[in-house]
Formats: sequence, structure tokens, C-alpha cells
Amino acid sequence: MLTTAERRRGIVAGLAVLAAVIVFVGTAIATLLAWDGDQSASRLFTAYTWSILRFTLWQAALSTLLSVAFAIPVALALARRPRFAGRAWILRLMALPMGLPALVGALGLLGVWGRQGVLNGWLTAAGLEHPVSVYGLSGILLAHTFFNIPLAVRLLLSVLERLPAEYWLLSASLGMKPVSIFRFVEWPALARVVPGVAGLIFMLCATSFTLVLVLGGGPAATTLEVAIYQALRFDFDPPRAVALAFLQIALTAAVIGLIAFLPAATDTVRTAGRKVLRLDGRSSASRLWDGLIIAVAVIFVASPLFSVLVAGLRADLWKLVNGPRFIQAATTSLVIAVTAAVIAVSASLAIITARQAIRDRRDPNLAARLLSTSLAGTSSLVLVVPPIILGTGWFLVLRQFGNVAAFAPYLVAFINALMALPFAVRVLEPALDAHRHQTARLVAALGISGPAKWRLIDLPVLTRPILTALSFAMALSLGDLGAVALFGSSDLVTLPWLVYSTLSSYRTNDADGLALILGVICLALTILGTAGKKENANA
Amino acid sequence: MHDGIVLDKVALTLGKTSFAFDCRIEPGAVTAIAGPSGAGKSTLLNLIAGFERPQSGHILIAGTDQTLSHPSERPVSVVFQDHNLFAHLDIFTNVALGLDPSLRLSPQDRDRAENALVRVGLAGFGKRMPGSLSGGEKQRAAFARALLRNKPVLLLDEPFAALDADLRLQMSALLLDLHKETANTVVMITHDREEIARIADRILHVEKGQIAADDAKADYLSRFAAPVSALSGTV
Repeated sequence: MLTTAERRRGIVAGLAVLAAVIVFVGTAIATLLAWDGDQSASRLFTAYTWSILRFTLWQAALSTLLSVAFAIPVALALARRPRFAGRAWILRLMALPMGLPALVGALGLLGVWGRQGVLNGWLTAAGLEHPVSVYGLSGILLAHTFFNIPLAVRLLLSVLERLPAEYWLLSASLGMKPVSIFRFVEWPALARVVPGVAGLIFMLCATSFTLVLVLGGGPAATTLEVAIYQALRFDFDPPRAVALAFLQIALTAAVIGLIAFLPAATDTVRTAGRKVLRLDGRSSASRLWDGLIIAVAVIFVASPLFSVLVAGLRADLWKLVNGPRFIQAATTSLVIAVTAAVIAVSASLAIITARQAIRDRRDPNLAARLLSTSLAGTSSLVLVVPPIILGTGWFLVLRQFGNVAAFAPYLVAFINALMALPFAVRVLEPALDAHRHQTARLVAALGISGPAKWRLIDLPVLTRPILTALSFAMALSLGDLGAVALFGSSDLVTLPWLVYSTLSSYRTNDADGLALILGVICLALTILGTAGKKENANA
Repeated sequence: MHDGIVLDKVALTLGKTSFAFDCRIEPGAVTAIAGPSGAGKSTLLNLIAGFERPQSGHILIAGTDQTLSHPSERPVSVVFQDHNLFAHLDIFTNVALGLDPSLRLSPQDRDRAENALVRVGLAGFGKRMPGSLSGGEKQRAAFARALLRNKPVLLLDEPFAALDADLRLQMSALLLDLHKETANTVVMITHDREEIARIADRILHVEKGQIAADDAKADYLSRFAAPVSALSGTV
């Protein structure tokens, strides 16, 4: 129902995005491939790379297991109690870690569980001599569960909440005991999505960079991403970095391939709609268990956030904010974040409109269908080729042209944009598709097209989802340490890099203050984005 | 002592809506609950089923006080408009859950479940999944489960509203057959005046959270033949 010009414009824009992404990612990979190929190949299967690969898989598997195993009882408890004071706030709390920069979360965890943390303070006061150590595997697991338990809880809870309300009434009417309800109702529902949720968490943990960098300790607790970073940044050993990069790509490609076969999980937690009556779990033992498990989850997630707040307020925030280093870093971060967000959202819009244009044809030819599939895959490409690898490839390219630092801000912005692309598409695609579904026939009948269509029909409806996508992308870029880690220098300081280097030089107090500021900015952007999304869903 | 269902000055407030029900439902009869949307028909049924508890008043079913008892302890079976079957369990399992909610089944139990399926016209459907059944077949399976549970009261919340006209006829005939066989007390919410004419003995008219009228079928039908103002005059 589009005019020919509209269809052509859409497809051309899509092709342009596709070409740009392929050139950008392709250059990085081609450079890695071409770089001293023989030497890299011989470095591929050394005892060192094997041990790194083994640890990467091992910590990801353990993190996934712990996250899902703990999230299941929490989700069950929250689903069993659809109404209690503060429930909505607990759900909001569970959404926070997703918007929190990994570095800020790591600092909060150190504040609670670290050597100087609250917990060890209590243990020492209680006369225990050996404090809990959070560096190494235990620290990585702690951080991964902190970030992924809330994610898993939201995903699993949304599955339970989407079950027909009649199921709970029937279970009560038939006299099912809690064990039977779990066996016949709750578990079958969860079992369908647990593999997908586990796959997603495994993927996030296998590619996690910042948390392992900050909390991992030494070669015994290093993942592929961090090992690549160390190979380039500290040892300047490109063949080793290239070898590790290929292991990483093979690993992520394999995991993504597996996940593609699993049913996807969404976290659209029901906010309105029919009232759910749960008559099970009225016994005091059940109340006690649910209360306990929810309380433990809340404390586990809230305490690091609280620690960031308390430690940050102890710093001299006013002085920090007025310091030249902060102003410079904040400006750099803001420029990079805005650039990345605008690129990500424009590219998403182009991808989505191109796919709509192709679908608009009655029977698209093979080339068109292929283009549509490639466009759908483009947004996920960055998942297979993680930022650190894009950075490595481009690092090697740009080194030939002189000072890498000169190109670094553009590179970081572009990598951030690619990282935000899958999220932006996920926010925008349903909104654009729904909008088109509602308006396409009327628009065609009235003959509205071009700028008038954009101004009168599209803009009023799409402003909110576009702002949502922009704020998500900005939060992601502002909090990202992965892309900037390779290039960070005195010439290129972003806020996360400033926090990290302040932390590395043991000015903990300043680092806490900066982390609070960074955390608040990113959470504010995320909350802004989610608020927009909710209103849009209700509209 | 009343053998049917008694709602004795039952009062309940949900959100901003208040409900006050005071009525008797005849044992061994088919009683239809009618009334506009949002009037409280489902709340009335939920109170009898035990999904809601009254804030004051008493509910008696078949002569015993059930005001505070759990739904599974009440002598009732429930059939909803939709989602009567767990979509991930096969038809046999769905029906057999009516015999034992932990699914510990003796060979005799299995036979009884198969027979119930035969009785509602679903012979050979045991291994099928609910998704592969039509709307009418799903409701038949729900009836089979109610039959197995063998409770004196059957509560139905618009059980045929999602079915087409022919199927509604067939299903209400099946409901009547089962009712005659078991002499149970049937309470059914329905919007369909023809359905009321076909199967109901009495009609409870619910409006604004109260019983506006409790009629024998003939009275109800004649009232609806009269101008609408006659009905609103009685409220």
C-alpha cells in the first residue's frame, strides 16, 4: 500500500544501513584474519587459550545455573502473591540492574561483599578472622547473579502472569496441593521458557567484560573478552588477541545458534487487565517461605544499589562535579552517547521501514526476501561479534594511519551504536508495525505521503517510542566500558573510563562519588525510557 | 433446612463496587443468572464456588455452611467460558485431574475417566492436546471432568458464549441430559435469552450488585415480552 517512491526510499535506506554495518564489521574481521595469520593459528590451541576458554564457559554455566535456580522460587512467590503493598516497587527494583552500568554495579557489590565491605565488617566484628573474598570466581558469580537474577525473575514472572486466570481457579477448585500446582501448572509453563532464559543469561555471562575485568582476579579467573583486552592493552600481543577473538566469535556464534532454536522470552509484566485470584499459598508456612524468598531477593538486589548511594554521598560530589576531569569526561561521554543513540535509532528506523517496504509487496522476489532476512540479522550481528573484537580489529586498522587516539571517539560512538542497535530495534519494531497496521490503509486511501505523512501521521505516534529507544541507547553508551577500554587514554576519557581509572589509582572515595553520578544518569535515562514504553503499551 | 444453595445476607466489596446477595437457589433445578455486564453475575458465582469470600453473611450449599471453606472442599464443580483445560496436558490428564488432583489413579479410575469421555462424545480423544480440539470439544471435556467429580452443584460461567448457534444448541442439550442423569443443581450465567428459554427452570436477575428479581421461567419470559420499562420498574 506504499507508493513506489516510498517503497524505493525504504529499501535504499535499508541497503545503506546494511552496507555500512557490513563494511564496519567486515573491516574489523578481515583485518583480524589478515593479521599475521600463521602465528595466530598456532596460538589458537595453546594451553593458555584452552584454560581461558574453559574458564569462560565454566563461569558462564555456573552463573546461569545460580541465576535461574534462584530466580524460579522468587518468580513463583511473586506470582503467587499478585497483590501486596510494595509489590510494584519490587518489580521496579528488579528492572533497575538492567539499566545500571556494569562498573557501577561492581562497585556496589564491592561495597557490600568486598574486603572493606559491609558484610566483612560484620564478620570481623563477630570475631571471624577470614573475611569473604569476592575476587576471582566467587566475585564473578556474585556479579553475574546480581545482574541476571532480576532479569530472570522478570522473564519468568511474565510467563506465570500470562497464564489464564482460570488455571488458578481450576487448581483451587480441583483441590490441587502446592506440589500438584507446581507439577501440573507452574512448571510446565516455566519449562517452556527456562531454556531460552538460560541461553540468554549464558550469552550475557560468556561475553561479560566489565564485571570480569573488575572482579576477576589474575589469569586463573579471566574470560576471553578480558584476555583479549589484556593481550592488546598490556602485552601488546596481537596474534594472541586475534586467536582469542576467533575463539570468542566461534563461542558466541555457537551459543546464539543454539538460542535461536529455543522459544524466546519477553518481559512484558502485566500491569493492567483481569484480576488474578490465587487461592493457593494461604497457609502460614507458604506465606513465610514466600516472604522470606522475596525478602532475600530484595536485599540481594537492593543492597549494592544502596551501597552505591551511601558511598557516593560520602564523596565530595560538588568538588568532583566541578573538577576539570569530570567536566571533560562528561562532555565526551555525552557527545559519544548522543551520537551513538542517534545513529542507532536512525539505523533501526531504516531497517524497520525497509522490512515493511519489502513486506508491502505482494510477493517479494528472492533478493528482496534475502534482504529482509539480512536486515533482521544485522541488528543482532553485534551479539556475535562483541565490541571488544570490533575494537581490536579497528585498533589494528587505524594503527597504520597514525595515532589511534585521534579516531577513537568516533570508533567508540559507532561501536556503542551497534551495541544499542538490537535494543533499539526491539523497542521500535513493535511500535512501528502496530502504527502501520492501524494507519496504512487509511493513509493510502487519503493519499497522504511524504513529509505531510511524517508530520501528521507518524511523528505524533512515534515520538514516544523513538524517545524511548534514544534514552535506552544513550544509557547503554554512557555506561559502557567495553568499547572504550581499548582506547581510553588521557586524550579520550569517558565517564566509565574515569571511574575505572580513578578506581585503579586507589582513589576509592572519588570513584564512589563518580559511580553514583554515572549510575543516577543511566538509571534516570532507563526509567524515562521504560515509563514511555508503559504508557505506549496502554494507549 | 434448604438442600440447594442459600446466600444469607452475603455482602462483599471489591474495589469500589459493593455487592449484597440474599437468595435461595433450588436444588435439582437449572437456575440461570442473567443481567447486564458488570452487574455482579460472576461475583455471585465466585462466591458460591469459593473464589471470593463474603465479608459478612453466610453461604450454605446442600445444607452445610460453606462460607469460609476452600473451593476444593465445596460440593461444586466449575466450568468457565474458556481455559477449562490446561493447554499443556492431554485431554485424559485434564479430565482425570477431576478424580485426583495429584493424578494418582487406580485402574478403575482410568476406566471411569475413559467412560466419562465416551459419555460426552469424546471417545478416543484422551491422548489429544486441548489445542487440537474445537471450542465445543473443549467444553465437552470440561463436562466430562465435572461428571467424574460427581458434585451435587455445577456452576457454569457463560459456558457456551464462545460457540456458534448450532453448537450452543447441542451443548445445552448435553448439559440437560447430564443434569437429568445426575439430578444435580445447575447454576449458569448466560446472556442468551433463547438459552434461558431452553434450559432454565428459574432465573436470578442481577443488577447493580444485587438480586433484582428471582423468577420462574414463565414469569421471566413474559416480563421480557413486555416493554423494557416494566423490568426497570421492578428494580
